[in-house]
Amino acid sequence: MQNNLHTESLIKGEKQNQEITEDIHKPMTGRPGKLWFMGITLSSLAALVGLIAMVLTIWQGIGLWGVNKTVGWGWSITNFVWWVGIGHAGTFISAILLLFRQKWRTSINRSAEAMTIFAVMCAGLFPLLHLGRALLFFFILPYPNTRDVWVNFNSPLVWDVFAILAYLTVSLLFWYIGMIPDLGTIRDKVKSRIKKTIYGLLSFGWTGSAKHWQRHEVLSIMLASLATPLVLSVHSIVSFDFATSVIPGWHTTIFPPYFVAGAIFSGFAMVQTLLIVTRKTLHLKDYITIYHIESMNKIIILTGSIVGVAYLTELFVAWYSTNEFELFAFVNRATGPYAAAYWTMMICNVISPQLFWFKKLRRNVIFTFIISIVINIGMWMERFVIIVTSLHRDYLPSSWTIYNPTLIEVVIFIGTLGIFFTLFLLFVRFFPVVAISEIKSVKNEKLDK
Amino acid sequence: MEIYGYYTDSESLLEGVKKLQEEGFKIKDVYTPYPVHHLDKALGLKRSLLPKAGMIAGIIGATGAFLFQTWVFTVDYPVEIGGKPNFAYPSFIPLTFELGVFFAALALVFGFLFRSKLGLGARNKIYDERNTDDRFGIVVDAGKQKSKKEINAMMEQIKEKGAMGVEVID
Repeated sequence: MQNNLHTESLIKGEKQNQEITEDIHKPMTGRPGKLWFMGITLSSLAALVGLIAMVLTIWQGIGLWGVNKTVGWGWSITNFVWWVGIGHAGTFISAILLLFRQKWRTSINRSAEAMTIFAVMCAGLFPLLHLGRALLFFFILPYPNTRDVWVNFNSPLVWDVFAILAYLTVSLLFWYIGMIPDLGTIRDKVKSRIKKTIYGLLSFGWTGSAKHWQRHEVLSIMLASLATPLVLSVHSIVSFDFATSVIPGWHTTIFPPYFVAGAIFSGFAMVQTLLIVTRKTLHLKDYITIYHIESMNKIIILTGSIVGVAYLTELFVAWYSTNEFELFAFVNRATGPYAAAYWTMMICNVISPQLFWFKKLRRNVIFTFIISIVINIGMWMERFVIIVTSLHRDYLPSSWTIYNPTLIEVVIFIGTLGIFFTLFLLFVRFFPVVAISEIKSVKNEKLDK
Repeated sequence: MEIYGYYTDSESLLEGVKKLQEEGFKIKDVYTPYPVHHLDKALGLKRSLLPKAGMIAGIIGATGAFLFQTWVFTVDYPVEIGGKPNFAYPSFIPLTFELGVFFAALALVFGFLFRSKLGLGARNKIYDERNTDDRFGIVVDAGKQKSKKEINAMMEQIKEKGAMGVEVID
């Protein structure tokens, strides 16, 4: 009985297999609603303007940005870390929750993974642009060259390139492999010839043969076991970019776990933002239920609390270490010229997720939506605070300065938001948003009991 | 000659498979909309070798990455940096790990696609379009040159074992 109740909240109502296919296929047919058109117009406009700013940056160089000798990393690296962080929830949901046999992942894993891929793609743009000479990015790859040098394998910046590329590849494979059976379902469902051909190509000739399913399941488990340490390693390595330097406020051993927790925290917030809108507009409330939203909010409480503890630990260690530079960095964060960003971060990341301890609030869709945006603002501020406040007042007071972004930097960031939402809107239109076969499988297990 | 029949739920499919096998029918393949548990055992499918392939590729990737970094820093281009060791193996670990995972994942995925004959433009026979929706299809090898009577008898038997629709496929 207990178990029945549990699965009941995963999928609402007694659905037949055919109904499940129908429900999830429906958003892909007919004319998309007004909201979709409005969304994609807005987001692709933003993407276009952002692309113009990116081209300008490549053309003219990063002199167009506000970064200077003291603050070499400004908005671009902030945005990079923010986007990579958001890209952590998808693999967390699909890999770690799969290994822990959390059945509630089935309704949300597909869209969360898609989100991961789009977020990592947006993230990758920033270091490329920050190079100044983006077209020479391949210098970071170790290949035999006429310059007769190799890259520095002791540098976290090199590790980062490999980590991000490996992560993007594995996430992409995991997402696509998981989607092959559903693409087969769509291929067999659509009527038009063109659509049938396209989905036929995309589905790789899937038939649902018993042997294929057997291999598919083995493959999913194996990829999940590979992706689990991978997802933890990626943000650890991103944190090494900071932690292995000698900058006060960066040079701390707490960084890897603190960054990973923060990444999953912000990633889940973004999943909430996207799915709360998706489930309403695509009429998927029977599949993405309050139970899913509540479960994700529980993870937000956990990771948000880890982030909160990490902030306090940093402060404590800065004082306890009696290192004047470290202490100065933190006092400067809280009371210096960027104090507003610091306190925004504190309120958004430490206090707001604690509200989810109230069952009423974490089951409230509108409230969750608002908090998810608050958390994303907070997590962006966190990266900004870490990067800019640590840099702008370094060991040499004569080089102290203030960093402000230029319009170009702001527009590039808005542009990546545009790219991200455009890709996501296209995804919900042309791909099965919910894993059809996995939902059927979960429902069937319920019937067996 | 093949005979195709379908079931509408996984339990009657499993039962049907078992009964047909007891009767000596040769089941060529089973097509289901989602993975049905215990079906691989019922059909006597061998365990997949994918994990082993993945592990081998992962080991190759990881060892390759580690050895390459070692070679670059100790043999090909050793640089003196304040007396620090050239063989700085702890800082080789991140790349070793990343490339191990990368190689393993690629081997797994391409191994899966290759072995299952799936890929862009693959044309596998689709017996029933509803096999990816709500029908659990079963294909029985009827043998060569059977008379109509024998085939009809086989179809009757398959129907008896719970299959809903039965048809002959040449």
